[in-house]
Amino acid sequence: MTIGLNEFLVVSGILFTIGFVGILVRRNTLIIFMCLEMMLNGVNLALISFSRYNGSMDGNLLVFFIITVAAAEVAVGLAIIVALFRKRQTVYVQELNALKN
Amino acid sequence: MVDFLFYLFALITLLGAGSVIFSNNPVNAAMLLIVSFVGTASLFIMLGAYFLAAVQLAVYAGAVIVIFLFIIMLLNVDAAKKVRPNYITVIAGAIAGLLMLLGVLKLFKRGENFTMATLSEVEPVGATTRLFGEELFTTYMLPFQLAGILLLIAMLGVIFISKRTATARKGAA
Repeated sequence: MTIGLNEFLVVSGILFTIGFVGILVRRNTLIIFMCLEMMLNGVNLALISFSRYNGSMDGNLLVFFIITVAAAEVAVGLAIIVALFRKRQTVYVQELNALKN
Repeated sequence: MVDFLFYLFALITLLGAGSVIFSNNPVNAAMLLIVSFVGTASLFIMLGAYFLAAVQLAVYAGAVIVIFLFIIMLLNVDAAKKVRPNYITVIAGAIAGLLMLLGVLKLFKRGENFTMATLSEVEPVGATTRLFGEELFTTYMLPFQLAGILLLIAMLGVIFISKRTATARKGAA
């Protein structure tokens, strides 16, 4: 048994980075949104491991609130994507260039 | 055994997450995201956060992914349309990701005061549902109520956004 705090933090860091790269590279707004959830998940994992090693409940409760806010954010964001699709007939970010020039 | 389980769950989480950013079909991406979320929930269980693992499965793997799938179905996006990301964007993203990874790993590198205790040596917090409820209704009463208000506002906002575009389209037609 060699698993300590560091291993969990490394996993959470890699998860966060994968989401970050996904947001930068992908063109589909839906997948960009999924990558956002992934980043939040990485943060949650780090918070829970810190909470476990700190011996307090506070990290756990913060994760609870993050999940609540993330659920609200997904609902609003997807409604915006649907409204955008109705207006512009696309979900790809390179075609959503109304602010260009 | 615990080591093996940790590496298994970490592998599931990271492989699921990595496959999401390489999949062209949004439905496949959503399914792979479920795999990643289930892996994270397993890691939560390893850390003793049973309630949060259940919440993670119910809210993320359940509700959020179902909303995603509904929206993908509703938009009826052409799955065959493959949009290759810009070459420069990929390089920039890879460099940014590498820098990010280096920064995060450097941040988590074992310092002098970093705990070397393994998971079994640390006393569990005892993050039971009962303790959760007690904390929520005493110390975190105000944030708890604010979260409720936030969900209400989000719901009203979603209804407003969807309704206004519907009437606008009716007016245009």
